Amino acid sequence: MSSSKPVEADFPLIFERSKAGRRASSPPAAPSVDLAELLGAEQLRQDPPRLPEVSELDLVRHYTQLAHRQFSIDSHVYPLGSCTMKYNPKVHEEAAKAFQDLHPYQSPETVQGALELLFELQHDLATLTGMDAMSLQPAAGAHGELTGILIIRAHHQARGEDEQRRIVLVPDSAHGTNPATAAMAGYRVVEVATGKDGQVDLAAFRDALSPAVAAVMLTNPNTLGIFERNILEISRLAHEAGAQLYYDGANLNAIVGRARPGDMGFDVVHLNLHKTFTTPHGGGGPGTGPVGVKSHLRPYLPVPLVKRDDDGYDFDYDLPSSIGRVRSFYGNFGNLVRAYVYIRGLGLEGLRAVSGMAVLNANYLQERMKEAGYKIPFGGRCMHEFVAQPPAGLRTLDLAKALLDEGVHPMTVYFPLVVKEAMMVEPTETESVETLDHYAGLLGKVLQLARADPEWLAQSPHSTPVRRLDEVQAARQPILRYTFPEGEAG
Amino acid sequence: MTIPDDRRYNKSHEWAREEDGVVTVGITDYAQDQLGDVVFVELPATGKTVRAGDAVAVVESVKTASDIYAPVGGEVVGVNAALETRPELINEFPYGEGWLFRIRPGAGAKLSGLLDAAAYRSVTEEDS
Amino acid sequence: MNYTPHTEEDIERALQAIGVPSVDALFAEIPEELLDPSIDLPRGMDEVSLLARVKELSDANAGASSLMGGGLKKHFIPTVTQHLTFQSEFVTAYTPYQPEVSQGILQATFEFQTMMSELTGLPVSNASMYDGASAVAEAALLAVRQTGRNQIIVSQGAHPETREVLATYLNALGIELTSNALNGRLVSSRSDIGNDVAAVIVQQPNFLGYLEDMETLAQDAHVAGALFISVVDPFSLGILRPPGSYGADVAVGDGQTIGNSLSFGGPHFGFMVVTEALLRQLPGRIVGQTIDVDGRRAFVLTLQAREQHIRRARAKSNICSNHQLTALMATVNLSALGPRGLQEVATASVAAAHALADDLASAGYRVRSESHFFNEFVVELASPAREVVRKLAKQGISAGVPVPAHYGLGSALLLAATELTGEQERRELMETLQRVAPVSTSVAR
Repeated sequence: MSSSKPVEADFPLIFERSKAGRRASSPPAAPSVDLAELLGAEQLRQDPPRLPEVSELDLVRHYTQLAHRQFSIDSHVYPLGSCTMKYNPKVHEEAAKAFQDLHPYQSPETVQGALELLFELQHDLATLTGMDAMSLQPAAGAHGELTGILIIRAHHQARGEDEQRRIVLVPDSAHGTNPATAAMAGYRVVEVATGKDGQVDLAAFRDALSPAVAAVMLTNPNTLGIFERNILEISRLAHEAGAQLYYDGANLNAIVGRARPGDMGFDVVHLNLHKTFTTPHGGGGPGTGPVGVKSHLRPYLPVPLVKRDDDGYDFDYDLPSSIGRVRSFYGNFGNLVRAYVYIRGLGLEGLRAVSGMAVLNANYLQERMKEAGYKIPFGGRCMHEFVAQPPAGLRTLDLAKALLDEGVHPMTVYFPLVVKEAMMVEPTETESVETLDHYAGLLGKVLQLARADPEWLAQSPHSTPVRRLDEVQAARQPILRYTFPEGEAG
Repeated sequence: MTIPDDRRYNKSHEWAREEDGVVTVGITDYAQDQLGDVVFVELPATGKTVRAGDAVAVVESVKTASDIYAPVGGEVVGVNAALETRPELINEFPYGEGWLFRIRPGAGAKLSGLLDAAAYRSVTEEDS
Repeated sequence: MNYTPHTEEDIERALQAIGVPSVDALFAEIPEELLDPSIDLPRGMDEVSLLARVKELSDANAGASSLMGGGLKKHFIPTVTQHLTFQSEFVTAYTPYQPEVSQGILQATFEFQTMMSELTGLPVSNASMYDGASAVAEAALLAVRQTGRNQIIVSQGAHPETREVLATYLNALGIELTSNALNGRLVSSRSDIGNDVAAVIVQQPNFLGYLEDMETLAQDAHVAGALFISVVDPFSLGILRPPGSYGADVAVGDGQTIGNSLSFGGPHFGFMVVTEALLRQLPGRIVGQTIDVDGRRAFVLTLQAREQHIRRARAKSNICSNHQLTALMATVNLSALGPRGLQEVATASVAAAHALADDLASAGYRVRSESHFFNEFVVELASPAREVVRKLAKQGISAGVPVPAHYGLGSALLLAATELTGEQERRELMETLQRVAPVSTSVAR
């Protein structure tokens, strides 16, 4: 790997602000002990790790300035399709803090409040999805997918059909995690084509079904923002073929409180608490991906679950057919607290308003985008998100970069893969119509600018801290850590 | 878009050229153009036996990864080590220095099932 | 609570623009029999009642002490760490797919990767993973891909929950998992490593707190052509040898101890750092340095062709989210501590644990000290450990983790101490323990 050589006007790394002898904390004093005697001389590190040595104010300035080099929901409109970038309520952060000092191995009688919360959240998520039981353990959506598919595999194993059922069907519009998950669970992936109406092509689906199919993974509404109208028929066909139906909960925000995957015939669901249930995205996680199942799959859930009996709440490890653990401890508890507070704060009526306003906003913005000159390949009305395309001859990437200059975050670009130059927009329910008008106005403006000055467009963004990064160089000569200047102590 | 007459082609955009009983394989000018800047190439191990149609290499650009299929069955007898440090050779010289690997065809394996330049040209025209 | 901004008038205007009569009409695509099922949820709450409910639940718990370990520990986290990490811009950003407006998170991640590389002595870190246990499972899959072999050996000294997660992941792909038992000195034995073994996994310090001879175990693995995967507590690396120095190919672990609160087990983050030879097999997001069109240094997600959104069924893993915010917290925390601070807290933690062990031994308890231990160790008890923990809890002391039965140590308690463990806390534990679990003649020395 080549070395990292600073070039002009570089924003410094924390290591470049370091000066030997400075510090930004006052930890408890270490008593004088002989580590070689306590730990064995051969176990000791020769050179300390080269961590930064900065004052507390230097530290504060560095990470505050870095925060300012970052778009976020709190500072910018951020309508990323498939990501559900809704407002993350502050009251959730306070609630999570109230539980941050609990150790997962404390005796159950000392954590009854935490266990009660988990027990109630298991119930709430189950009733919202129409499922019979819930595991809160998976740490992210993709992790939930793996858990769910392993549960389905355990079901086929118990019926002696595992060797026969080696295929997972996935629509070609699916998130990349779906096929990747199926492969990690030992399955072969077969893609099912999307029809002209943006829905699963029923004839192709029927043809793809066979006694070799273990599971069908669907997102509903799908990644094009369209509700799969034939879902009951799809479910009937899948079950007739002996397959299990898997619900990718990425798009639950469209229907939360109004319709449930369980009623549609899904056997397993995973939820992305960082989407519908608004736990913060954190710049890429931690997510949380609870998994719900119908009763016939409950025996295979990961352990432990939380139960209630005469003595109060406790962990339930009594699932002899469990697929085992997928994560240590009880999952991303801090996020489970946030989701619980969200659900209990809103109640059913509040959640119905969430899906109502999310779908209203998406349809409204779709209309405004159409007026602004964008193409809507699948026409019609959408659910909580929609896919658009720029007018012929313009590149989505250029328009997205131009939006950055306008102080808004672009939509998801180039996904789903089945639509060329895809722009996938999901405004969420927490944006006002004025904000959507403003966003649509900017979308119109960048189109005009693009036509008036294609060269300007190709150079955009013009006002961001850095512009058009050389991703080819980043991949050809990877520089994945800082290189200290020669001679620096280490 | 150049499509030389001195070799055969696969619909999946590999070219194959036989010389002294060894088949050299690469990707076409059209393919490299579609991929964009190549950033990494995963090559098969020398000595490996492959069947025609096996995915034996991967060519990566920043946002895509394409499988490269063996146009003929046989034994891998050489790979282009220069690509490890200079994957851009595929973009610059797809039919020359940017070759990927060499196969010694097994008994009876022939290139004759592949397309000639004219037939391949019509494939690229349908694609675009 | 309600976070939707729509007035009646807004809704009316939007409906008109769309051309539908009502919000419900927007759901007409959903078959009628699926609409509006009975959902069993209580009514929503105002903020005062909601916070009261939160308080009611949080009051029904007792806080943890620094005397509990078993994978997670309560450590010193400077106040500034939480303040800087929980800035709106970091908390509410998405994955940095638009690098021009994501340099904050991208650069902080590059700094994280550098720090993890410094701690472990290995060159290539990813941007973080879910937790330590699933990171170990991903490391095992990496070893299988790299070597083309189909068996994994894991030391019994690895955390029991890590081994359970490992089994779940490997079982799915038909990879054989063999456990290597601890010896009488509570450390890993040298084992026979066959030529189908992809990797040997050893935890340092091990689950019971004791220090392994990593150099010898790594050599044994390499002689057999297997990779050596070192599961480490990053906190310990302030003073312990980095995995790179004893030949580990992969260092993995859970990052809670370097700056995350306990949070009843999560969220924390997992990390994975590897040799350059394994770079292309590394799962998860990676940030790289490059330049922008004006020649400025800039950071971007790189080597993405390994990942699920491009490679789909042939990706190195299905992992999508990393655990960015908790990894950022560690980055800020390590910057706040600095090399000296980390060394000091690690030393103080070791000293406190050894002082506690001495207290127990002086009082007649049998402390297992056949091998060196770090900040956690095993003490044998005359009555069932789970009962003892319950009795301690009743006296207001959350301390110790019962040693799982499969270690064959009888009734034994895993006790930890950190830089936060004061003399008074140690004294209270000793007094209470002597009341609820007095030394019996049968186990006293």
